[in-house]
Amino acid sequence: MADAVDGASGRRARLVAAARPYRVLVGARVSAQRSYRTSFALDLAGSLLVGLVELAEVWVLYRAGHGIGGLDLAAVLLVFGLADVAFSTADLVAGHVDTLPRYLRAGTLDVFHLRPQPLLAQLVTSDISLRRLTRVAVGVAALVAGFALNDLALTPAHAALVLLALTSGTLTFAATFVAAAGVQFFLVDAAEMTNAVVYGGRYAATQPASVWSRPLVALFGFAVPMAFTAYLPALTLLGVPAPWGLPAEVGWLAPLATAWTWAAALLSWRTGVRHYQGGGG
Amino acid sequence: MGDDAVVRAEGLTRRFRVRGRGLARREVVAVDDLTFTIGAGESVGYIGANGAGKSTTIKMLAGILVPTAGTVSTCGLQPVAQRRTLARRLGVVFGQRSQLWWDLPLAESFRVLAAVHGLSAARERERTAELVERMELAEFLASPVRQLSLGQRMRGEVAAALLHSPELLVLDEPTIGLDVVSKQRLREFLLAERAEHGTTLLLTTHDMGDVSRLCERVLLVDRGRLAYDGTLGGLTRTVGLRRVLVVDLATPAPDLRDLPHAEHLTSEAGGLRQRLAFDPGATTAAALLAAVSERAEVRDLSVEEPDVEEVVRQVYVSRGR
Repeated sequence: MADAVDGASGRRARLVAAARPYRVLVGARVSAQRSYRTSFALDLAGSLLVGLVELAEVWVLYRAGHGIGGLDLAAVLLVFGLADVAFSTADLVAGHVDTLPRYLRAGTLDVFHLRPQPLLAQLVTSDISLRRLTRVAVGVAALVAGFALNDLALTPAHAALVLLALTSGTLTFAATFVAAAGVQFFLVDAAEMTNAVVYGGRYAATQPASVWSRPLVALFGFAVPMAFTAYLPALTLLGVPAPWGLPAEVGWLAPLATAWTWAAALLSWRTGVRHYQGGGG
Repeated sequence: MGDDAVVRAEGLTRRFRVRGRGLARREVVAVDDLTFTIGAGESVGYIGANGAGKSTTIKMLAGILVPTAGTVSTCGLQPVAQRRTLARRLGVVFGQRSQLWWDLPLAESFRVLAAVHGLSAARERERTAELVERMELAEFLASPVRQLSLGQRMRGEVAAALLHSPELLVLDEPTIGLDVVSKQRLREFLLAERAEHGTTLLLTTHDMGDVSRLCERVLLVDRGRLAYDGTLGGLTRTVGLRRVLVVDLATPAPDLRDLPHAEHLTSEAGGLRQRLAFDPGATTAAALLAAVSERAEVRDLSVEEPDVEEVVRQVYVSRGR
């Protein structure tokens, strides 16, 4: 019995010890960013403005008509809120990952090789964009408005689905950053191309997927499963039937999309690193 | 060599495919069939001209590059497959890339690196204090790295690479761009670190001054191939690693011949400027200067180091004989 307790606390101690380098790394980035107060405040304001403009765009688009793709303004606020909170959080934590060529040019990736942590974990924790906090706030506001305008009660099931969608969505977007980084090992000037998928994916995620053309459905519905980050969970929240012959409860399957995206992202990253080291791939 | 080899390279080769015009690809051999062993506690100068393959070799030792052919083991480990274990036992300073955080004070960089390497609080305190004192970092420890001079930053880089007490320290062009005083200070520190902790040193450089002051053994590479592997003394005997004292005199003087351990090379402007070669193993620039001063009044002086290109050329010349 005593052994079992020791085993558990020993595991926890090991876990805490393993997490410490990352905690200190991220902590150092946070304090560095906060030490430039004026520029940090300006960054926060700028990122707030971008968030508001994007929200305004949705409002203009849906205010006039009788909805697009079966969604009215209230419903699309829900989609926008889910997608934007997830994307902005992913961008805050991992957005710098797809600026890999900067790391390659500065030799930072070589330096990562000299430290006893996995390369990808070091890359992710090498920076954090706190200025994105205001964009997360815009997303949260849209999500709350969406809940209120649709008269959705905050039942345990709804809360669980929102949490699941936000967690899966954030991880899915983070995976697209990682996948983009993997590609950039091969094509150092590929940012234009990878941005089309990463930021195009973000935009697609904030819109009703039912109006997409067939190739878009293939790309952002399933290959890069953006529809699962916000649109499908929102339909499940609203109790509206899903397109493409999917059941109404399909929103609960968001984690499947996350797992698929991460599998692809890790394969891309691994292939990229092997290419960089010259070991084939 | 026994099992205490810190680096063991066998037939180590690295080729790169370089893009030419259009789709054409050209293959460049950066490192060509290197075989050498470095024992524990050795201090080895790895020298060669720019583009000789020095940095490529270092990257293979550190697990950053996979060899095209051949094998290498570092601290008894496979560098690529066991990179994370190796990172705890290896320190590398790249002269051209920083492992410090430009917007953090040096002290903060050390704190982060101590966490990265999992040092205990006591070990971190002890080791940081030792390095700060030895490298005289105290006065700029609280300044952000971006505000440091190159010499200060380089001392910070070396201290950062040594924080986790690696058994092998690799320095890739550590003195490039440093002034004479900073170079000297860094060299003295490296000697002390090695004497105290038995750290194995591998130093790539094209500054022969680094090699003659820090290294007992020299590996000379030329176009990726090993051109010489032996003691510094042996290399000196082969090619004569002489330094040159250039003196400007107050008045024209006859050629300064028959000075102890020195050879008169040339005189210019009727004997106003004279060049004297000397063997740093036999005498010092100061002793030679004193001997010159007894015969003529010296107004100005400089000391020239032999350059690596010249050393490589002479190695081939001596082979040809």
